[in-house]
Amino acid sequence: MAHQSTTVKKPALEVVEPKSGGDDSFQTFILHDEDHTLGNALKYILNKNPSVSFVGYSITHPSETKINLRIQTTGVPAIDVLKQGLKDLKQMCGHMLTTFESATKYYKENHLEERYMEDQS
Amino acid sequence: MDLIEDIRRKVRLTEHTVHNVTSTDFPGTYEGYDDAWSHERFEETFQVDIVSLSGCDMEFDMVGIDAAIANAVRRILLAEVPTMAIESVHIWNNTSIIQDEVLAHRLGLIPIKADPRLFEYKQKDSTDHSSEDTLQFKLKVKCTRNNIATDATDPDVLYKHHKVYTRDMEWLPLPGQDHLKSKGIRPVHEDILITSLRQGHELDLELFCVKGIGKDHAKFSPVATASYRLLPEIRLLQEFHGEQAEKLQKCFSPGVVELVERPDGTKVAKVVNARLDTCSRNVFRHEDLKEGVSLSRVRDHFIFSVESTGILPPDVLVSEAIKILMGKCQKFLQELEDTSSHTAKQKKGKKL
Repeated sequence: MAHQSTTVKKPALEVVEPKSGGDDSFQTFILHDEDHTLGNALKYILNKNPSVSFVGYSITHPSETKINLRIQTTGVPAIDVLKQGLKDLKQMCGHMLTTFESATKYYKENHLEERYMEDQS
Repeated sequence: MDLIEDIRRKVRLTEHTVHNVTSTDFPGTYEGYDDAWSHERFEETFQVDIVSLSGCDMEFDMVGIDAAIANAVRRILLAEVPTMAIESVHIWNNTSIIQDEVLAHRLGLIPIKADPRLFEYKQKDSTDHSSEDTLQFKLKVKCTRNNIATDATDPDVLYKHHKVYTRDMEWLPLPGQDHLKSKGIRPVHEDILITSLRQGHELDLELFCVKGIGKDHAKFSPVATASYRLLPEIRLLQEFHGEQAEKLQKCFSPGVVELVERPDGTKVAKVVNARLDTCSRNVFRHEDLKEGVSLSRVRDHFIFSVESTGILPPDVLVSEAIKILMGKCQKFLQELEDTSSHTAKQKKGKKL
């Protein structure tokens, strides 16, 4: 990502350790350099998971570029649920991308007279 | 219509309030509905339809998706798709009336036609300009008097180079940028007025462009606008005839309601294209009409409008935005992978 120094690599994800050990069905994750863009999308996809009983996120302070993501499940480890959510979201984006690209291709094939901006790459 | 279906699928517009705004299709909200995430179901329902694509502008429909995802795409388009923009200016001479810092800021806002995918982000702490992360331009203009005897007062006649345009910027390829020579690197528009000069005024500047994102500074934003709206839906609950029908027609944007003539000669109002409506809710101002009309928006039908600044085509911008969202997921999946292997190692260490 932008302005990331290569010498000291700061982790983008922090897992807040719960005070009482043992129960891993609830957890708070800190996602660095993220905002509503990923926060809300992730909240949506996690809410779609039946084993999630609560999920919410907050931006800790307007001048801090991080979000706190809280997950509470019905028993399965929260970290597994987060992993599944990210996988689902990624898979969803993959399908969105192929659908969008085939739609533009189809449009361009059927509107040959239109003037398109040339793609430099 | 089924009430629960209506709550789930529509945002209802009434005279004073908007109902059913938030998505409720989550597991456990409704009995008898399976709202758990299913990729197969998503693939079945998701659709993209390009409405128009021409030059810098694009309009397309995205159907079968939640606002959370559509909004992520919109936000990424505005703030996270990278472009190249002038970031630092070396001012060797500036005798124009525009101050150095104001001039530098103006230059920063000029869209530069260069594919950002061919460049790297400049490292935060590095001061030198490498061919991978920087584009250099030169702007050297001097205003002189036109040597013709005339009593004209028009500066176009009196002076040479009294207006500095973006076409006066000259790209200087850095060593190792020969492969970019065929790409036509230049400002997007050649006729943006940078400043005005008078006789003897001079500009001698070196401009350095770097890759950046809109989150850092709006000049890096690749879009002029990127927005979406939900598809409007208008249902007439009763028939409107004659004068009343004409009144109803005037309540909506042109082309939404048409008057259809019946065999017996009476005119009846008919909704022909709800998509064109602005959802002004004007119809609710009329006591005699409001009971007969139901206004709503389809919750999962997004009409996107993307207008590029001219650096990348709008369809490429949307593709890039989706790829960036995908990249974010991948980044955190990788992080999770790393932390879990790290803690596993720690646990192992303890046991030993």
